[in-house]
Amino acid sequence: MDMNQYLSMFIDESNDHLQSLNENMLGLEQHPDDISIVQVIFRSAHTLKGMAATMGFEDLASLTHQMENVLDLVRNDKLKMQEIIFDTLFQSLDALQSMVQDITQGGEGKADVSSIVSALQGIVNGDMTTAASSTPANVTSSSSHEGTAVQLDEYQYSVLEQSIAEGHKVMFIEVAIRQDCQLKAARAYLVFDLLERYGEVVKSHPSVQEIEQEKFDRSFSLYYITQKDSSEMKSMILNLSEIDSAEVVALDQETLSQLSFGHKEASATSAPSIEPTTQPIVAEPASKLAVTEENKNGARATGGTAAAPSRTIRVDIERLDVLMNLLSELLIDRSRLEQLADEVRRPDLTETVEHMSRVGSDLQNIVLKLRMVPVDTVFNRFPRMVRDLAKSLDKKIDLVVIGAETELDRTVIDEIGDPLVHLLRNAVDHGVEPTAKRIAAGKPETGIIELRAFHSGNHVFIEIEDDGSGIDRDIILAKALKNGIVTESEGAAMTDEQVYMLLFAAGFSTAEVISDISGRGVGLDVVKTKINSLSGVVSVTSKLGKGTKFSVQLPLTLSIISAMLIKVGSEKYAIPLSSIIETGLIKRNQIRNVHGYTMIPYRDTHIPLLSLADLFQVKDFDEDSEEETEIIVIHKGDRLAALTVEDFIGQSEIVIKHLGKYLPSIQGIAGATILGDGQVALIIDSNAFIK
Amino acid sequence: MGVEIKVIVFKLGQEEYGIEVDKVQTIERMMPITRVPKTLAFVKGVINLRGVVIPVIDLRGRFGIAEADHTDQTRIIIVSANEMEVGFIVDSANDVIDLNTDIIDSPPDVVGGIKAKYLQGVARISEERLLVMLNLSEVLNRNEIIQLESLEG
Repeated sequence: MDMNQYLSMFIDESNDHLQSLNENMLGLEQHPDDISIVQVIFRSAHTLKGMAATMGFEDLASLTHQMENVLDLVRNDKLKMQEIIFDTLFQSLDALQSMVQDITQGGEGKADVSSIVSALQGIVNGDMTTAASSTPANVTSSSSHEGTAVQLDEYQYSVLEQSIAEGHKVMFIEVAIRQDCQLKAARAYLVFDLLERYGEVVKSHPSVQEIEQEKFDRSFSLYYITQKDSSEMKSMILNLSEIDSAEVVALDQETLSQLSFGHKEASATSAPSIEPTTQPIVAEPASKLAVTEENKNGARATGGTAAAPSRTIRVDIERLDVLMNLLSELLIDRSRLEQLADEVRRPDLTETVEHMSRVGSDLQNIVLKLRMVPVDTVFNRFPRMVRDLAKSLDKKIDLVVIGAETELDRTVIDEIGDPLVHLLRNAVDHGVEPTAKRIAAGKPETGIIELRAFHSGNHVFIEIEDDGSGIDRDIILAKALKNGIVTESEGAAMTDEQVYMLLFAAGFSTAEVISDISGRGVGLDVVKTKINSLSGVVSVTSKLGKGTKFSVQLPLTLSIISAMLIKVGSEKYAIPLSSIIETGLIKRNQIRNVHGYTMIPYRDTHIPLLSLADLFQVKDFDEDSEEETEIIVIHKGDRLAALTVEDFIGQSEIVIKHLGKYLPSIQGIAGATILGDGQVALIIDSNAFIK
Repeated sequence: MGVEIKVIVFKLGQEEYGIEVDKVQTIERMMPITRVPKTLAFVKGVINLRGVVIPVIDLRGRFGIAEADHTDQTRIIIVSANEMEVGFIVDSANDVIDLNTDIIDSPPDVVGGIKAKYLQGVARISEERLLVMLNLSEVLNRNEIIQLESLEG
């Protein structure tokens, strides 16, 4: 069967699952006792296993299978999460990731996972024995299935018993598939699918895995909990095609205990859970498989909601550009149509055009948003990376991520990953001190690295701040001198900031011991080049003993911002909302002249008033003739100023575009945007108006 | 031996100018131009060309000829050179001709000064028809703008 058409879907979904595995594992590490996280991890692993097996990636499937075994024990409280387990599981994730990577690049997804597999098996065997020795034992232990009872373990028995007690209907169902059926497994799957829709399969024989692999003759039996009647269930099963027969027997307490293998014990103690003498895990494969099944059930239910947001397709970014440009053309035609409709004055035409306008605007918004990606797509791999680094350096570090939802243009996102990795590695390696040193300095044992992303003005800032030892000016200078980057007199005259920037000079490394994490003296140099190539700026601030902050400032090129559209005369401008404090109305007579500047009272103080018409030499607007004037209060840091405008148009999401290379950068103009009517409006860089 | 090239012919006043066709992206009718404040007088502003913001200059102004009102014939020629895209406002553009580079003479010395820099040469198409071939990279040279300004000022 040709699987190619499913391959990309498989890769996408695998990546999603791996990501969620990673995240949840990290979460679990924080809260090792939270079984609900284990459940989520288990589900992801299980789905991954299923997908890999379907696609024929055996190594991938077998590794996930082993992970599942371990997780299953944890989930059932038979194994406590420990350091070693985490490490092995993380290793497994890495192996899985590289396999998926290999598949992505057209490989077979083969890898030697035997060492990890045996490590996982070791964990399983080392603790609760029997559990993981997998299915074959089960096959032999109950080879007869015609009408005989499926063996239930203690746990399942109690589940069934409780269900009966709570008024659910418990059934023993036996289904036989027609002899001439070609795809028995598929039929069986349909049965399970049907059953899971109306209830819960507690235990099946043969096991679900075996059924999936067609390791059954032509019939299978199972215990089932539902609200439906047995006759109803029976007819539903029989309605599926190629089903030969279906026997549905409703069970009550008594029949249950008769059917179940453990009926002697069970009838003796109606509450089997407190039974210290009976070995709780006798025929354990059974328990495991049943729970797997139950979980699969849950996974399907929750999976429906959880998986939906991450459904993605990959689109060539150039196609998006083409789409966007076509759309702009459409919008221009739309405004033409609007004009024409105005002239023609036919109500039905006007109505149609208006509707088209609305649809056009929505379409535009969506197309614009398509290009934007939350920085989370880059950030999400960092917690794991920091954890591993910290571990290998024997440090304790928490990574706090803030503003992961900040959106950046796809092209920038693709490029910014590597520089950030460098900076983070740097923070882990050089920033946060070793634990002993931290304790000596009276700091908390665990270092904190904050990774922040936010919009500000016309830029996106990404900051990496650690609470480590900070940068020692003298050490940097000494090193720079030694490497011949600065001379002594130059160094003495430098400000702290300038000294810090030496870190980014080529061929500079302060690490006493060269580690493989950072410290080859190339990292920060490369970071700076890369960020500069994105027309960004990187800067450092530091307090000795308190910590260091690397700040990466990226231009908002192509990104979408919220802006206030305003009108001055016949011209429209956009002012980024981020630089606006508020809008207001003032009377002309409130304006004071102070030392050649115009000021207006604002709150308890006076702020300078600037006329946009004057600044931009707008000819067709004379605000002096107005009695009242609209103002926009803008800020740059703590400083405020007010801009007079003629009218507010409204708030809108706009795309920042370059003015083109030909135009030199113009003071007060940050770029341009294309309005819904196809017109270009300039974006005001209000920072330029405040000194 | 000269090479055959295709040339877009446009007019400023009575004079005919030519730009090699592969430098020209499109020729557009006049469209709304958004004024950009604080720039040179001949920079008319920016237009939205199918989603791309492109600066537009009035070629008359660029060459120091008095600017004219826009008519039905007025066109914006979008050229791209030196990795820049710029629109030229011209009086009309309605011809594409084949030229042999052999018939392009170097610019007449008499013109002299900065203006001659914009010219790649003059092509004599017929007895009474001369075509001024533009040197695009000079026309788009921004240092030149500054120089021009200082000379004019």
